[in-house]
Amino acid sequence: MTSRLFQFAAPQAFFPIAGKLIPWFAVLAGVLALAGLYVAFFIAPTDHQQGEAYRIIFIHVPAAWVSMFLYLVMAGWAGLGLALNTRLSGMMASAIAPTGAMFTFLALWSGALWGKPTWGTYWVWDARLTSELVLLFLYLGFMALKAAIPDPVRADRAGAILALLGVVNVPIIYFSVQWWNTLHQGASVSLTRAPSMAATMLLGMLLMAFAAWMYSFATAFSRVRAIILERERDAEWVRLQRAAA
Amino acid sequence: MHSFVSVLRRELQIALRRKGDALNVLVFFIVVASLFPFGVGPEANQLRAMAAGVAWIAALLAAVLSLPRLFAADHADGTLEQMLVAPQPLALVVLAKITGHWLLTGLPLALAAPLIGLQYGLPADALGLLIVSLLIGTPVLSFLGAAGAALTLGVRGGGALLALLILPLFVPVLVFGAGAVTAGLTGINPSAHLSLLGAILAVSSLIGPWAACAALRVALD
Repeated sequence: MTSRLFQFAAPQAFFPIAGKLIPWFAVLAGVLALAGLYVAFFIAPTDHQQGEAYRIIFIHVPAAWVSMFLYLVMAGWAGLGLALNTRLSGMMASAIAPTGAMFTFLALWSGALWGKPTWGTYWVWDARLTSELVLLFLYLGFMALKAAIPDPVRADRAGAILALLGVVNVPIIYFSVQWWNTLHQGASVSLTRAPSMAATMLLGMLLMAFAAWMYSFATAFSRVRAIILERERDAEWVRLQRAAA
Repeated sequence: MHSFVSVLRRELQIALRRKGDALNVLVFFIVVASLFPFGVGPEANQLRAMAAGVAWIAALLAAVLSLPRLFAADHADGTLEQMLVAPQPLALVVLAKITGHWLLTGLPLALAAPLIGLQYGLPADALGLLIVSLLIGTPVLSFLGAAGAALTLGVRGGGALLALLILPLFVPVLVFGAGAVTAGLTGINPSAHLSLLGAILAVSSLIGPWAACAALRVALD
């Protein structure tokens, strides 16, 4: 079983598999997003405090969840690549980073758009918003470091060290921001939402989170295919592939 | 231990012969801190409230400014490669360089900080807290900064990249370092802040040198 799994650690073996899986993940993402949006707009009840504006939660929270999850996945791949010296791991980490940064940005942007009607301001130095901002900086740093090092193997290793350094620091940063926030922020803005969330709201958020997850698979796989082709462009199998196409 | 001492002595000797490098960082620290009142106005209470944050942010920027030089000269003349293949563990060499960096930047910043505190009208006990928080916090900047300096070694646009990589990791130090002084100002016991700052120092003293060694091996591969 394990030997069969490790077979796909070779870029050459993974390339066609990823190509076959991408349409499935893309379709799944579309179906889940449609279902999630249907629940979000037509089934979930109107919030008695925030009115209809709260419905941005169905984008905001899944984006924030997936953005944090993708950083862990990215650091996991990076660490695997550093430990086992597998080529595909670094490529996967590179492929995940832009999607993670996109979701982090989406969470921040939707948070700002949600903040305006409910708190009257686009930006609040709330603990969760602030740590999400730091997460965006970590993603940008990872991508900038990889882009600055021309040798791909060196870039993978350096990026992996940075990702591991970041993953150790993320909980510390989150905790420190939480601490800072409780000390500084007065009672001007209360962020506690309705204490009991309707089950349909949770369903909508979960559907959207799974849609975002499937979307991440689809984009990361198509990006990793491009990276594989770029790095292995001189390999025999890539030339055969090109000849066949 | 012997190699640690000799590398450290070498670092200090080089710095003594080029006093300008360390001095410039110190002057930068004071200049940056002196700019803030021009931007926000000379209102005394407001300045007192922001004093700790300004001093700490100036310290972070000064550290980031000094870090690219940590390995650059030894990298350029090939010394670093010799250190890598030498029988002494690389971690010891890195630890000595980090210690040297702190002695030449962190420590002078901490000792000069009261000057900024006085400019901003901090009372005496808050000045003491500022020194203590910088004494505990600036080694963290050297530990994590060494990793950043090693990662960006020989990379084009290294200075700005180093800042982008390392400044987000400095957020907890800033929060607890400046927080300790602000807590002292408002009559809250600052020991919790200082303890947490110490905990961050302990963690960063483990992961910083590890990451710096790994990154140096990658850079000189």
